[in-house]
Amino acid sequence: MFKIVNREEMAGGTIVLNEIEAPLIAGKAKPGQFVIIQANEKGERIPLTMADVNPGKGTITIIYMIVGKSTKLFASMEVGESFDAVIGPLGQPTHLEKLGTVVCVGGGTGIAVIHPITRGLKEAGNKVISIVGARSKDLLILEDKMTTASTELKICTDDGSYGHHGFVTDVLKETLENEDVKQVVAIGPVPMMKFVSKMTKEYNVPTLVSLNPIMIDGTGMCGGCRVSVGGETKFACVDGPEFDGHKVDFDQLTQRLQAFYEDEQNSMEKFGK
Amino acid sequence: MAKKEKLPRVAMPEQDPGVRSKNFDEVPLGYTVDMAKQEASRCIQCKKPACVTGCPVSVDIPGFIKHIADENFEEAIKTLWDKNALPAVCGRVCPQEIQCEGKCIVGKKDKPVAIGYLEKFAADYARNNNIESLPEIPEKTGKKVAVIGSGPAGITVAGDLIAKGHEVTIFEAFHKPGGVLVYGIPEFRLPKEIVFSEVALLEKMGVKIEQNVVVGRTVSIDELLEEGYDAAFIGVGAGLPRFMNLPGENLIGVYSANEYLTRANLMKAYKFPEYDTPMAIGKNVAVLGAGNVAMDAARTALRLGAENVHIIYRRSREEMPARVEEIHHAEEEGVQMRLLTNPVKFIGDEKGRLQQVECLQMELGEPDDSGRRRPVPVEGSEFILDCDLIVIAVGSNANPLLTGSTDGLDLNKWGNIDVDEDTNKTSKKAVWAGGDIVTGQATVILAMGAGRIAADSMHKYLERGW
Ligand SMILES: Cc1cc2nc3c(=O)[nH]c(=O)nc-3n(C[C@H](O)[C@H](O)[C@H](O)COP(=O)(O)OP(=O)(O)OC[C@H]3O[C@@H](n4cnc5c(N)ncnc54)[C@H](O)[C@@H]3O)c2cc1C
Ligand SMILES: Cc1cc2nc3c(=O)[nH]c(=O)nc-3n(C[C@H](O)[C@H](O)[C@H](O)COP(=O)(O)OP(=O)(O)OC[C@H]3O[C@@H](n4cnc5c(N)ncnc54)[C@H](O)[C@@H]3O)c2cc1C
Ligand code: SF4
Ligand code: SF4
Ligand code: FES
Repeated sequence: MFKIVNREEMAGGTIVLNEIEAPLIAGKAKPGQFVIIQANEKGERIPLTMADVNPGKGTITIIYMIVGKSTKLFASMEVGESFDAVIGPLGQPTHLEKLGTVVCVGGGTGIAVIHPITRGLKEAGNKVISIVGARSKDLLILEDKMTTASTELKICTDDGSYGHHGFVTDVLKETLENEDVKQVVAIGPVPMMKFVSKMTKEYNVPTLVSLNPIMIDGTGMCGGCRVSVGGETKFACVDGPEFDGHKVDFDQLTQRLQAFYEDEQNSMEKFGK
Repeated sequence: MAKKEKLPRVAMPEQDPGVRSKNFDEVPLGYTVDMAKQEASRCIQCKKPACVTGCPVSVDIPGFIKHIADENFEEAIKTLWDKNALPAVCGRVCPQEIQCEGKCIVGKKDKPVAIGYLEKFAADYARNNNIESLPEIPEKTGKKVAVIGSGPAGITVAGDLIAKGHEVTIFEAFHKPGGVLVYGIPEFRLPKEIVFSEVALLEKMGVKIEQNVVVGRTVSIDELLEEGYDAAFIGVGAGLPRFMNLPGENLIGVYSANEYLTRANLMKAYKFPEYDTPMAIGKNVAVLGAGNVAMDAARTALRLGAENVHIIYRRSREEMPARVEEIHHAEEEGVQMRLLTNPVKFIGDEKGRLQQVECLQMELGEPDDSGRRRPVPVEGSEFILDCDLIVIAVGSNANPLLTGSTDGLDLNKWGNIDVDEDTNKTSKKAVWAGGDIVTGQATVILAMGAGRIAADSMHKYLERGW
């Protein structure tokens, strides 16, 4: 059993943070890795990246957006309640090395995922410029933590309610023009990662993205998480989840994420009642 | 030799094909006591029983059948347990026609004695009447063993070593123990309750089971050995799906058998939305391959409501690797066999959803390395089959997650673990391996046999230190 020891709501309750007791995983996890969580016997196995770990306390932290039945179920669980299964750490850790100036681009809950990577890149001695985006000010998460983790933080909102009015790609372009950027890491909604990769390709700046296909086991056993990278099929759960953004077939990923769309809607509606 | 009146093999009562193809209940209903006794009486109690040579774990077949004939069911199950920890499973899933029954002398002129059905009968009788096989556990030796993977290989090692007084902990990546018996083989062929009751027995004997631990990720073998485990057994199966590298393979609607069956069995997606995991429900389904896995996928698709289910296989009927009984069951239920047919391309719509599969007709040419006549394409025979769901069931490779993160473990060129054949010891100190991760995908009984060999060798090592 994996007990929730802390729970916070963010972005007006649309995003939830859980700190969970999972000592074995906490002792092992590295930035970029994820866990698979199952709430109960009947639940789905849901992949979520670890936004933080506390090996001393034996806990891991996840931050998720409520998008469907399972994330809604997770969000309904209170401190003291337990998940049936938390499995990990899964996936390859981010390769953290000193390169010079690097840019971390985070969108939506992708900010939670990119936070430990940002911190790791700065600790490795890089100048880290972070660009985070949200639809509006009240949906922006982890501003304080990202400020601390980065050398410099730039904020954008789609509606202009905070920071730069516009998309992260606008600010990224400016940064690429003015700085000697050695690497970009982009994590967020698929369209965002797609457009960031398209832009950095023009500037020839290596770019890492973290992919979020549908998964089941997370150990390379089912092949459900396959993605096309440079024309080759990869299993995101074991080969990734991070890949070279210039090689990823984002359109295929977008399509594959829709595989169970109708069932998911149906399940969510029933849960609502 | 006094000739007895010849009795025909007692047929297994089964759910009607029209009914069962719409439910997930077990297909064979099981022998009654009278049926079992009658079938048992067909065994002529050979002095040198050929059947036993066909059984990979040398079950005393005439012995247990005699006890059934004498209505001594408790003795029958004890005889089975002597060599086989999972008779309820093996009675159901062993390919008897090429093992025990294939060698039965009665089978030379008539149908062989139904050894599998009788094994199932004895095991079910024991389970239903709470006869348990709790051996007396000797004094604790103080030695600790880690078993990685809870499939038939791991279960056998755990059972054998706990019975020798060692402490045993099983580490399992999934949230339920049982391996392929739970995530792969469907309920209608092997009710999960049977597997869980076998595992519960292990726990009663003192085996600890740590679920949700991916060895190689959550903890490594070296860490386990440093932590105080004296020996480890690797029985992680062959969990890496093989794809065919055909165009369109990543379309929505193309699944590996592992994904398809895991959703259905382990996650109980056939009960969606009562259970949360969704499942693709095809209307026209094609399953690629003709082994047990393919039959299981095809029959699952029927039960989920498919209108047409095709098995697509590039060789001919004789080469189909599935158990004869399962091919028969599948056809009875309405699965259509498209033999000498090879898929070449998957075709989708603008949303990336599978619509059709293009195939080629094959014919048998010259024999290949395996001695089987090689299927060769018939020129210009391309044709298109409408289908919205494909399950690829052409085999599994060795999953590198554990082996790739463990130092000092020699692998063969396919990534399977190299072991010493007599002991199943690996190149790494204090580590043994067995089952599908060593042999590639094989059978339940071979995995159990491998577990037994390893357990014997591990016990010697733990006792004597070598
Ligand atoms: C390696 C990995 C790490 C992830 N880390 C995080 C994280 O840290 N925080 C977070 O909020 N989410 C993360 N995700 C996404 C998260 O797994 C999904 O949001 C979750 O599975 C949705 O489940 P649900 O039942 O609530 O919604 P569903 O009912 O399954 O889906 C609702 C909607 O979300 C879309 N969707 C379904 N699955 C996914 C998916 N895997 N990714 C994106 N959209 C999806 C569907 O198209 C649908 O419209 C991660 C995914 C992966 C593969
Ligand atoms: C659909 C299907 C139908 C079949 N039908 C038949 C049949 O009718 N008759 C027959 O004899 N055989 C059949 N087989 C084959 C048979 O099931 C296998 O040969 C047998 O289960 C192999 O046993 P095993 O113990 O080696 O591994 P498995 O049963 O594969 O078990 C391995 C276990 O290890 C776990 N594991 C993997 N990696 C790790 C890790 N890193 N850490 C911790 N745990 C891990 C897995 O989750 C799994 O539970 C079938 C197989 C399939 C897939
Ligand atoms: S274990 Fe399998 S092969 Fe051996 S007797 Fe039983 S059914 Fe036959
Ligand atoms: S070979 Fe057939 S008849 Fe002879 S002992 Fe075995 S089961 Fe009985
Ligand atoms: S989630 Fe099953 S292989 Fe990646």
